Amino acid sequence: MTTIDLRGVSCPTNFVKAKLALEELETGDRVEILLDDGEAVKNVPRSLKGEGHKLLGLRETAEGHYLLEVEKGEE
Amino acid sequence: MALTDSQIERYSRHIILKEVGGKGQQKLLNSKVLIIGAGGLGAPIALYLAAAGIGTIGIADADSVDLSNLQRQVIHFTPDIGKPKVISAKEKIQAINPDVQVRTYQQWVSAANIMELISQYDFVVDGTDNFAAKFLINDACVLAGKPYSHGGILQFVGQTITVLPGESTCYRCIFPTPPPKDAIPTCSQAGVIGVLPGVIGSIQATEAIKFLLGKGKLLAGRMLTYDALEMKFRDVTINRNPNCPICGENPTITQVRDELELLTVCDLEKP
Ligand SMILES: [Zn+2]
Repeated sequence: MTTIDLRGVSCPTNFVKAKLALEELETGDRVEILLDDGEAVKNVPRSLKGEGHKLLGLRETAEGHYLLEVEKGEE
Repeated sequence: MALTDSQIERYSRHIILKEVGGKGQQKLLNSKVLIIGAGGLGAPIALYLAAAGIGTIGIADADSVDLSNLQRQVIHFTPDIGKPKVISAKEKIQAINPDVQVRTYQQWVSAANIMELISQYDFVVDGTDNFAAKFLINDACVLAGKPYSHGGILQFVGQTITVLPGESTCYRCIFPTPPPKDAIPTCSQAGVIGVLPGVIGSIQATEAIKFLLGKGKLLAGRMLTYDALEMKFRDVTINRNPNCPICGENPTITQVRDELELLTVCDLEKP
């Protein structure tokens, strides 16, 4: 699975970049998105859900970041 | 071609929109729009299309900036007085957004040049201030099948309609022939409130962007009028006219021609 590293990218650019990466995929494809704690992990998953993508899981990494697993929704 | 990091930042508020996204923004960057007239209407049209990242903007106007323009033609600044309007406009467009390629045409559109000019663009925006040009632009766009936005302003009232040739109402469906010379006061004789072209021109720019994105409902088959004194918008459905001399059942206009009687109608501002 592809990982999109959005650590250190602030809101809303992290969401914009996640959205652009998902545009390149086919419906049903899955990606992992690496996010910072705080604003990023609070907002990006919610915004991606609003776009119609499926959130499959969210877990904290050993370094304190978050790994979000997303399945691309219908265009 | 992928968007650069700086383009992602610049257009982020577009990309976030469901109706735009990265693909929509790419469409805008690959689009070509011709603005005819770099005056009151042309100013907001050019500024917003530049900011939106329309990849190529053509701008046609033979005039130079005059002090009396500055009350409403917000793309031109006081130090630009005397400068060709297309050059002044180009400088502002490039200052807003270096992504945009600007092509300037320091000439009036006429029957002799308009077909060639519009053929190079995806969408045309009428920002002119006289009936001769408005009928010429309509005829050229209908004959070429080129979608365009009509806009007009006078005193406190403005109007705009989007024309999809062969599909929706054209300007001649509504007004088959130009009004006789001097029947209608020109903008320089009648005056115009300076913010009016800001409202109408911004709507025209919105239509251009929606057309290029292929999103939303265009102002086609509907004439939107705006009365700034009453602060009222009205949206009147106007069907295609089967007797329209250019897009009707038996068209009598089959090529562009200049409305000679009208050529100088709104050209009186110059000393
Ligand atoms: Zn017609």
